Amino acid sequence: MSDLIRLNAADLAAKLASGEVSSVEATKAHLDRIAAVDGAVHAFLHVNAEALETAADVDRRRAAGEELGPLAGVPIAVKDVLVTKGMPSTSGSRILEGWIPPYDATPVRKVREAGMVPLGKTNMDEFAMGSSTEHSAYGPTHNPWDLDRIPGGSGGGSAAAVAAFEAPLALGSDTGGSIRQPAHVTGTVGTKPTYGGVSRYGSIALASSLDQVGPVSRTVLDAALLHDVIAGHDPHDQTSIPDAWPSMADAVRRADVSGLRIGVVKELDSDGFQAGVRQRFHESLELLAANGAEIVEVSAPNFEYAIAAYYLILPAEASSNLAKFDSVRFGLRVVPEGGGTVEEVMAATREAGFGPEVKRRIILGTYALSAGYYDAYYGSAQKVRTLVQQDFDAAFAQVDVLATPTAPTTAFKLGEKLDDPLSMYLNDVATIPANLAGVPGISVPTGLAPEDGLPVGIQFLAPAREDARLYNVGGALEAILVDRWGGPLLSQAPDLSTHELMATEEGVV
Amino acid sequence: MARAALMDFDEALERFEPVIGLEVHVELNTRTKMFSSAPNPANDEFHGAEPNTLVAPVDMGLPGSLPAVNATAVRYSISLGLALGCGIAPSSRFARKNYFYPDLGKNYQISQYDEPIAFEGSVEVELENGRTFEVAIERAHMEEDAGKLTHVGSTGRIHGAEYSLVDYNRAGVPLVEIVTKPIVGAGADAPALARAYVATIRDIVLSLGISEARMERGNLRCDANVSLRPKGQEKFGTRTETKNVNSMRSVERAVRYEIQRQAAILADGGTITQETRHWHEDTGTTSPGRPKSDADDYRYFPEPDLLPVEPDPAVIEELRAALPEPPAARRRRLKAEWGFTDLEFQDVANGGLLNEVAATVDAGASPAAARKWWTGELTRIANAQGADPAGLAEPAHVAELAALVDEGILTDRLARQVLEGVVAGEGSPREIVDARGLAVVSDDGALISAIDEALAAQPDVLAKIRDGKVQAAGAVIGAVMKAMQGKADAARVRELVLERAAADS
Repeated sequence: MSDLIRLNAADLAAKLASGEVSSVEATKAHLDRIAAVDGAVHAFLHVNAEALETAADVDRRRAAGEELGPLAGVPIAVKDVLVTKGMPSTSGSRILEGWIPPYDATPVRKVREAGMVPLGKTNMDEFAMGSSTEHSAYGPTHNPWDLDRIPGGSGGGSAAAVAAFEAPLALGSDTGGSIRQPAHVTGTVGTKPTYGGVSRYGSIALASSLDQVGPVSRTVLDAALLHDVIAGHDPHDQTSIPDAWPSMADAVRRADVSGLRIGVVKELDSDGFQAGVRQRFHESLELLAANGAEIVEVSAPNFEYAIAAYYLILPAEASSNLAKFDSVRFGLRVVPEGGGTVEEVMAATREAGFGPEVKRRIILGTYALSAGYYDAYYGSAQKVRTLVQQDFDAAFAQVDVLATPTAPTTAFKLGEKLDDPLSMYLNDVATIPANLAGVPGISVPTGLAPEDGLPVGIQFLAPAREDARLYNVGGALEAILVDRWGGPLLSQAPDLSTHELMATEEGVV
Repeated sequence: MARAALMDFDEALERFEPVIGLEVHVELNTRTKMFSSAPNPANDEFHGAEPNTLVAPVDMGLPGSLPAVNATAVRYSISLGLALGCGIAPSSRFARKNYFYPDLGKNYQISQYDEPIAFEGSVEVELENGRTFEVAIERAHMEEDAGKLTHVGSTGRIHGAEYSLVDYNRAGVPLVEIVTKPIVGAGADAPALARAYVATIRDIVLSLGISEARMERGNLRCDANVSLRPKGQEKFGTRTETKNVNSMRSVERAVRYEIQRQAAILADGGTITQETRHWHEDTGTTSPGRPKSDADDYRYFPEPDLLPVEPDPAVIEELRAALPEPPAARRRRLKAEWGFTDLEFQDVANGGLLNEVAATVDAGASPAAARKWWTGELTRIANAQGADPAGLAEPAHVAELAALVDEGILTDRLARQVLEGVVAGEGSPREIVDARGLAVVSDDGALISAIDEALAAQPDVLAKIRDGKVQAAGAVIGAVMKAMQGKADAARVRELVLERAAADS
């Protein structure tokens, strides 16, 4: 295994800048790693055939003395929810198989403009509906810590790619925890920015009022560097915030928690969470306190209704967002035997093209928006949303950031919760409130749960537009923990080289 | 399809009172679409483009695409709302209207639902017979147009079509839908009022410059709701909605037809089905479309991709200050300024020629000359061509023509020939005069030699004139006009002949 793939994005960028390493070498090392281990991990749905060409172009520009951004030449994986010009974009669904978008999502365009090298598209639950990536139409992704376990979801592909050293960075999207929960179960870092912080243009919509694109990485600084690349106003997305953003990378570099007031949400520190998850959570809080932070208990009484509200708002918006998949203009078209009316073709296409979880949520959402039920369901859910926002407002009047365990358990086994949607939905109990309120959140690794040796994360939440606070506290905690561990958590992950060998023997290129 | 039984119109009005409601869709002529940067085919510059060439990802409903509100469309909508006497909402919102139809890229239409940008207004409408009405406006809201379907196959409808073609150029064209409150009390004038109302909306949007307002292009479309109630009854009857009536004349005919059709059913003890109906221009009838009921469920919800529209109050006041004169007030003013009689003015107004005459007067013509050319020769040509006289000539050209007549360069007869050239697109009147060599021969020398020739051919004429039989000059004048191929001023020729007779005596 090449040492290049073990480098963090920031360190790789430094070597690229100094000329010690070329982008072609770095990209080649990652493509080799994908070829070697992705047969076992299945983080990628598509590998970019033009990656080396893009890398060579960045190298040429650098050689010509062109001024390049801090991450120029660094490879990156892109969640398949983001449309990519000239590259397939399926959002994990059969209904978009073979569709090649004519345009780039804004975060993808920004990544390209920053000279970064897209390696390919990563696996995800179909249309980002799920917490395990098992709902992908193209088969599940496996957790690099234990290939029999889920990598989280919906962005399991991006998290697993980063955890398996197939990419130093990835783009994800988070509607109810799809960046943060995969980070938690794979020992990686993931941020859901403030709603409106990153453009949603070109992100195939799940729930428009909840979706947010964000960075996935192995270190807090790397996440911050990528955050700085993709953030900012986009006239194509009217919900994007017009203000300028401070540098998140600077917040990590200046990380200091002395005097920082950290609120522990008492409703999310309960028996419902796995013992090892809580243990690592409290250890982290103690370490932060020892470094000058003040730990305060706060209450968010309406968080317990958040999941119920979320599972009305999300399906309602999704049922409308997914109506465009009708076979008329793009994607799959299924014509019933002997032909059919346009309605019959639409119905046959949607029947064949959508998986069971997608159908479940379309039906839920259609029902929730129906005349006569709107007020009782969608209307009530919006009221709960307001109450959740008020809980945040009250909490942030007392503290600078909030802390919770990112998810209730460590990675569960593939197939374990597939037939139990409610238990699957409960995975997102700690992450959903941030999406409902539009506030930013980050998940940072805190170690392994003693009982199963699997990664655990802590989630920090900040007021809207205060994403820099997450990078400050996340960066500080990471520095303390890495110091204690004597190296990054992922160095404790199993070596996938056995799979590398197997893959090579099987002739995977 | 069986032809519906109709009651005589006058009899229907004796027994029932019609209640009408009008929904007018105005396509705004912004350069780009309501929610995308694609060129807008409702703007003259982009009209008639090849199918599916004026599209952006959002118009096709491509995955990942997002709408962005066109600020000019919002300004135009505010101006229109103000011109309709409406209040402008400090905050209004877009919603999604969800239904599957292949002309709708996203399978939902973005439209304002419970929070329109403009509400509660009124418009003064003047009928052709001079009667005026205040029509109350319920609301005016912004939305996007759908694409255009062409059904290929025997029926021309989606049902039974072999296949259908979709053109998404029109998808996303900015629309304002103006909805009236129920209009009661028009009685037998209801059909004419419907027509005059649409004409007034057309006048307003044209004077604001926010729409091309060409009904034949669908820039202005009218849905007419009609119901009847027995005279003296308070409760409204069941209404029908006749969709997409696309000319002024058809609006009037469709309302009249529905009154007669519904009256026949009600008089027969039948009930009216609440439904949308299609208007058939060729037969002048309506036929049932899909039944409309409260069960239509569009699952409206606030559009999460867009922020509420919150116009700056200062901008609203700016737009209010810039409003043009309301049509009814303008008509009163113009009538006084031009000094027309009631009949003369109605001739112009009912011909839809108010703007043309005004522009012609602005270009320097006298009101009488402007009226004469537009309601006379141009209307005659238009009728012969089955066209609208308003589009036939540039007002500046008509003014130039009137000036050429005033200057004596053209006779009326020559001017009519020049006008034909103008209508045919041959250029300005002066250019046509030069190109066709149509100017009056004003060189007396040329006229005199032609007169001499004619007198030589008819030697008895001079004697007759000298004997006091002045009418004998007619034969000479005719000969001279013929020799000059009509390019002579007959009055001048007459003068010269008489001078000549006097001089020789």
